[in-house]
Amino acid sequence: MKPAPFSYYAPKTIEEAVSLLARVAPDDGRVLAGGQSLVPTMAFRLARPRHLVDINGVSGLDRLETADGRLCIGARVRHAAFERPVDPGPLGALLSQVVRHIAHHPIRTRGTFCGSIAHADPASEWCAVAAALDAEMVARSTRGERAITAHDFFKGIMTTALAEDELLIEVRLPTLRAGVRTGFAEFNRRAGDFAVAMAVVVYRLQDGAIADARIAVGGAEAAPRRIEQAEYALKGRAPSAEAFAVAAEAASRALDPIEDQQNTAAYRRDVARAMVIRALSEAA
Amino acid sequence: MNETSRGSKWIGQSVERLEDPPLVTGRGRFAADINFPRQLHMRMVRSNHAHGKIISVDASAARALPGVVAVWTAQDIADVPPVDFREGPIEKLAPYRQPVLATGTVRYVGDPVAAVFAEDPYVAEDAADLVTMEIEELPPLLDARHAPGEFSPGRNTEADLLRQGYGDVEAAFRDAPHIVELELTCGRHSGVPLETRGALGRYDASRDVLELHGAAKVPHRNKELIARMLKRPPSSVAVYESHVGGGFGIRGELYPEDVLVCVGALRLGRPVKWIEDRREHLIAANHSRNQHHKIRAAVANDGEILAIDDVIHHDNGAYVRTHATRVAMMTCGVLPGPYRVPQAYRAICHFRLTNKTPAATYRAPGRYETTFVRERLVDAIAHQLKLDPIEVRRRNAVTVKEMPFKRPLEALGEEIHFDSGDYHALLDKLMDYVKWDELNASLAQRRANGEMVGVGLAMFVEKAGLGPADGVRIQVDTSGFVEVITGGASLGQGFETVMGQVAAETLGADYNKMRVVHGQTDRIEYGIGAHASRATVMTASATREAALKVRAKALDMAAELMQAPIDTLDIVNGEVVCRDRPGGPSISLGQIAAKLSNTSKALGGREPGLSGEGWFFTEHQVYPYGDHMAVVKVDPATGGVKVERYIIAYDIGRAINPMLVKGQISGGFAQGLGGALLEEFTYNERGDPLATTFADYLLPTVRETPDVEILLTEDYPSPLNPLGIKGAGESGVNGVGGAIAGAIDNAIGIPGAVTELPVTPQKLKAIIDANKR
Repeated sequence: MKPAPFSYYAPKTIEEAVSLLARVAPDDGRVLAGGQSLVPTMAFRLARPRHLVDINGVSGLDRLETADGRLCIGARVRHAAFERPVDPGPLGALLSQVVRHIAHHPIRTRGTFCGSIAHADPASEWCAVAAALDAEMVARSTRGERAITAHDFFKGIMTTALAEDELLIEVRLPTLRAGVRTGFAEFNRRAGDFAVAMAVVVYRLQDGAIADARIAVGGAEAAPRRIEQAEYALKGRAPSAEAFAVAAEAASRALDPIEDQQNTAAYRRDVARAMVIRALSEAA
Repeated sequence: MNETSRGSKWIGQSVERLEDPPLVTGRGRFAADINFPRQLHMRMVRSNHAHGKIISVDASAARALPGVVAVWTAQDIADVPPVDFREGPIEKLAPYRQPVLATGTVRYVGDPVAAVFAEDPYVAEDAADLVTMEIEELPPLLDARHAPGEFSPGRNTEADLLRQGYGDVEAAFRDAPHIVELELTCGRHSGVPLETRGALGRYDASRDVLELHGAAKVPHRNKELIARMLKRPPSSVAVYESHVGGGFGIRGELYPEDVLVCVGALRLGRPVKWIEDRREHLIAANHSRNQHHKIRAAVANDGEILAIDDVIHHDNGAYVRTHATRVAMMTCGVLPGPYRVPQAYRAICHFRLTNKTPAATYRAPGRYETTFVRERLVDAIAHQLKLDPIEVRRRNAVTVKEMPFKRPLEALGEEIHFDSGDYHALLDKLMDYVKWDELNASLAQRRANGEMVGVGLAMFVEKAGLGPADGVRIQVDTSGFVEVITGGASLGQGFETVMGQVAAETLGADYNKMRVVHGQTDRIEYGIGAHASRATVMTASATREAALKVRAKALDMAAELMQAPIDTLDIVNGEVVCRDRPGGPSISLGQIAAKLSNTSKALGGREPGLSGEGWFFTEHQVYPYGDHMAVVKVDPATGGVKVERYIIAYDIGRAINPMLVKGQISGGFAQGLGGALLEEFTYNERGDPLATTFADYLLPTVRETPDVEILLTEDYPSPLNPLGIKGAGESGVNGVGGAIAGAIDNAIGIPGAVTELPVTPQKLKAIIDANKR
């Protein structure tokens, strides 16, 4: 096989999965969900997990429903599930807009929402959405269950607050009231590629002025996050090109962009600024 | 010499492809689909260092793994010579050939150091992982413009210095009213077929035949090369081409892995299968295009280019592979393209080796690069002299009155003779088609409104149909099916269809009863394969010759059987009929074939078989020509480029199947677009390749690739072959870099802004921002 040798487990229940994980995680055990990030890196033998706990047969992880003002997304829900709105309000519309930017259709039919969150690639669209909306991540282990907010969850490049024996069983997003405006913009070399930078914006209008603005930037830094300085810059202002430019400038100044072989920090900052403007203009 | 078209039934029609049924029903046979009983699987162990001395290779752990049959390093095959040149030995370049396994030195990341042979591919991969090597690192040489380093004692990395030219360059520049100078770089990219390479070697001891399966492109050349390298009589080597998921010039050359599966099969006594993975492909198969040009033109006041002087640094990577210096030499010869350049010309090419993947031909080798350079030069001349860029092109292009036009430069070893064409007329057609004035006015209007939009043009001359000869055998079986046996190769371009169309047309047979053989060296003893846009010009012309002979033989036999004068007979849809008696007596080609069988009493003095062999000879290549035009929109905030429109005007002489020609052009365009905006094999300062997956090596997808508008003309059939064919394979890719570069300059309003390909968003944004300051 292309990957290095590993042991494979196919638990049927969450309890079984977490107890397996408790056992194999210390010995380089990993969770296999959609496999769209892990399997290619295993094929290159860049990742060489010794154990794989496949959760695709675990019952109770395919939940996708709204309850108590929150959209609950189970660990087996695929990206493609969001292509048609899963919620009648602005949240469903935002998610179905964003999902079109995630890779390509075959990948979207296999890759999972929670898998993207747990993998925490800086350029993940779902991670940026989770940051913008202050999502709640539900982690389960043999030690119990806990909820972690996005702010505490994303720690850095492919680094999260999940302990090695914890399984991300669900992500919860707050639904958005009718009339809430949303916008999303990203820039990449090709459709479906990892973005150089992206922005997710959410706000509502109160007497013609912007209120409760949320502006998250993804792809530019080690982890996606809300940029308070940009949100503050919009507070109480009417939507306008000038206001958006001010907010975008504030965002770009607040960023500490990552640098790689393809993109310098300065370029990422410039692109992030442009994406904030575009996302805001789209929401207006 | 052209035939008057007598209401052709098959030639010129966009008939469905003969080769499609197995492909669209999932029954094709690609390299990985081929299996032989008892086969072993080979896995390469490659260098992770760009340059270094091999101190030791330890394969003991790999050899000990159950299921491993052998692990070879260079010592184990010391008697196997380096991979030789396709066109025969070249003494001067011999020391720079690639050994089948690295010997003493590794020269690029990906250089094969050891080969593992195992019972299954998984064990082979695990075992390869266990091979360790100690390498003493040497400083890598990563830029062909840097001072050459030592290749081996007494030999530096400038493997050759190539020159082409004519006239007194110094005098031309001394007296010229204007001199325009540019430095331009074409990035390192290549053809990346979706099917990676693959090869199966098998030795049939019962017949003493060594077989290589899977390789396409040049099966007969590879057969000769393997025979030469392994010291076997060529008649004891057979090469079999399978279906192919893309070739583009890079796939199907003879590589170290192909030789290894053959040697493995001979020495291990079992068939050996090797299937390349994607990372291997991106670091081990031929790269291409990487050149730097320092070019200057001596120009008259009216924009006439009097002389060109170009100094080229050609980065050929770590070794000189099968093509030798072909790309670099071609570059020197074809650079002037459609322009006259009357006084003097000089191209000096430093053919240099670096510690990167070896480079060779990729679709339109030397032409993609030089069209970019030449058309950049013409745009610069127009800007510097404040002339209209289209007018400068018209002023310099060779006119129809000058045809055939001879130029004392060479391409593929032949002096360049443009056979026919009217470059100005085709440009006029393109201008009419796009409504040039309206297009410019609308772009100007959009620019005034703040959009960065622009248009760019590239004129080019292609070359196709390299001779000197090709032969085809046609035989009709007793059911009336026609076997067209060629030494051509199918890289997916519709080879069977085109040969079938020409054979059916010439013979008068039914196109749907054609069986076209290609890429099987044991079916025909010669063949040119598929490269240099030769197949339709050479092999189809030979097919026509063979079909004419078979036709004559069929009519001769039919005249006797039907008791009718031969000149009253015709062959229609596989039936010989009396031309002036519709509904009268007829006899089928199958019946005639039966009457011509070796035991037939009707044979008379004739040679048995309704069959014939035809040869086509030519002294010169043909030179189709065209124009590429790009309309782009640049996003100043990101530096992103969107190609809004792309138009290709191309005179093909005669299109056997216009649908296939347009397919060739569209596919080529997508590859050109990749090289212009997306694709690049990049390296870090240690010589580690950075584009080793499809996430880093950015092929254009359907989302980045606009529909190409194709203006296909047949105004100037080639006088050099009876069908007037000129070749299509490389016309879609040729001018893309040049046209897009011009369009970007125009869009951002900075003449000469684009000096290197690919134009990445980051680079372009830096250019735009620097101009603002």
